[in-house]
Amino acid sequence: MDIMIKIFYAIISIIVATVYGLTLGGIVRKIYARAHGRFGPPVWQPFLDIIKTHGKRVSISHGIMFYLGPVFRFAGGLGTYLFIPVIFGSAIFSNFSIAGDLLLVMYFIFFGQLGMALGAGEGGHPYSPIGIARGLSQMTSFEVPFALSVIAIAIQYNTLNITTIVAAQQGGITNWTLFTNPLAVIAAMISLLGMNMHSPFSIVLAPQEIPIGPPIEMNSSFLATLQTNRGLFAAAKLVLFMNLYFGGATNLLIMVIKTFLIYMFSVFVGAAFPRFRPEQSMRFFLKWPTIIGIVAIIFIAYF
Amino acid sequence: MDKKNIKEIEKEMKLANKGLSEKEKTLFSDARPKTVRPLNKYLEKFLNWARAESLWILGFGTGCGAIELRPLMTARYDMFRYGIAPRPTPRQSCVFVIGGYASMKTIKRIVRSYEQMQGPKFVIALGSCTINGGMYYDSYNTINRIDHYIPVDIYIAGCMPRPESLIAGFDKLKEKIKANECDGMNKYVENFDWYKKNQKRVIKDWNMPDYNW
Repeated sequence: MDIMIKIFYAIISIIVATVYGLTLGGIVRKIYARAHGRFGPPVWQPFLDIIKTHGKRVSISHGIMFYLGPVFRFAGGLGTYLFIPVIFGSAIFSNFSIAGDLLLVMYFIFFGQLGMALGAGEGGHPYSPIGIARGLSQMTSFEVPFALSVIAIAIQYNTLNITTIVAAQQGGITNWTLFTNPLAVIAAMISLLGMNMHSPFSIVLAPQEIPIGPPIEMNSSFLATLQTNRGLFAAAKLVLFMNLYFGGATNLLIMVIKTFLIYMFSVFVGAAFPRFRPEQSMRFFLKWPTIIGIVAIIFIAYF
Repeated sequence: MDKKNIKEIEKEMKLANKGLSEKEKTLFSDARPKTVRPLNKYLEKFLNWARAESLWILGFGTGCGAIELRPLMTARYDMFRYGIAPRPTPRQSCVFVIGGYASMKTIKRIVRSYEQMQGPKFVIALGSCTINGGMYYDSYNTINRIDHYIPVDIYIAGCMPRPESLIAGFDKLKEKIKANECDGMNKYVENFDWYKKNQKRVIKDWNMPDYNW
């Protein structure tokens, strides 16, 4: 019976995170529009887009893997989210955080991309392998500083359990990883720029242009699944960063404020900077954030 | 009806794909498109509202009128506030804006892209050339009436229509979608043979399947 209650709570948590992530996407589109001097689409536009793509009357499939691609992507988003405690000490929003640790979450972040690569590959469109090659190479390069930063945190707190890491940061703003281990946070925040795929690193998923990236052949409900996942995955990543570096949250309001501010970092950078080419972004990730990450590990291990 | 007759009828229902070589024929589908009826009344009404408020246009400029699409994205006209956004691939878009005259080469691509779009799909024909040929009415290389080749929902007259009139056209399209009057996809399926006959009359180098999935 206990597990049934837990599953019920997890479903509530997933719905809240998806709605929050999609609303955040709408707000960000509005902010970009204001930065361009436009009015921009309404905040609820992502929801309308999802309803519309689900409401298509026909859809084209290219095979079994094509079906499974969006499913894997969504499973990646769900897996990432379900093993993160969203609100510290809350029964409803703790998800299944006791069952998994940080390495599992990092695996799930990568898993969706790999599944998507297989699915999009079967689509047979010449642009989708280009998108996949760009996406996976950029993914691999921004995983490096993020992994280094996670190693630094693991050395610092002597654990990989996210709940324990959040617990260690309670009791005042100075206990946050941001202040106890600033170098690791800098490396991770730069890798967040790549993870969110906003402007300097948005060549992978450049919508409204010729190469839309891996989902170019995805239509109707396949695309709607990917869009839903984008909301959930964005929320999951932000919550993960809040837990690891910004002291977690003890209630929903603090969670919303903190994740919003974390997201605003990549939005501000995205509104101000033009786009990198794939090789430029890879070179960038493997240079400065990686050096900062290595220094963070040395600093936390020996000083 | 005996078995032989059913097989013959099934064979007749298949598309001939005469433009393809024997090797290519196995790679493409030869099934005819099917009519898809709307769902129940209230659900369809809700979906039509969502469809009207989220119009993704296919970013494919087929003529000089496509130049009027670009200003729509800028701060001056800002089509995003009406829920209109460009999309790079026919698989994901639902509005096809025919930008002015369609030459013999372009009509082939228009047919291909239109058939690849997932229904319900809408077509906006922009400029006088799409209505009666406009200033190209006697040209050997352009078609005169676009609605002989694909079903059209909204015409925007003018040479060239301003971006404002394009927005007005989109508004009209929204009204029509909400009133459930835009059924171009099924119209195309029902009159499939007539459309194909017209298309094949002007497209001489037909080297694609009869229906592009």
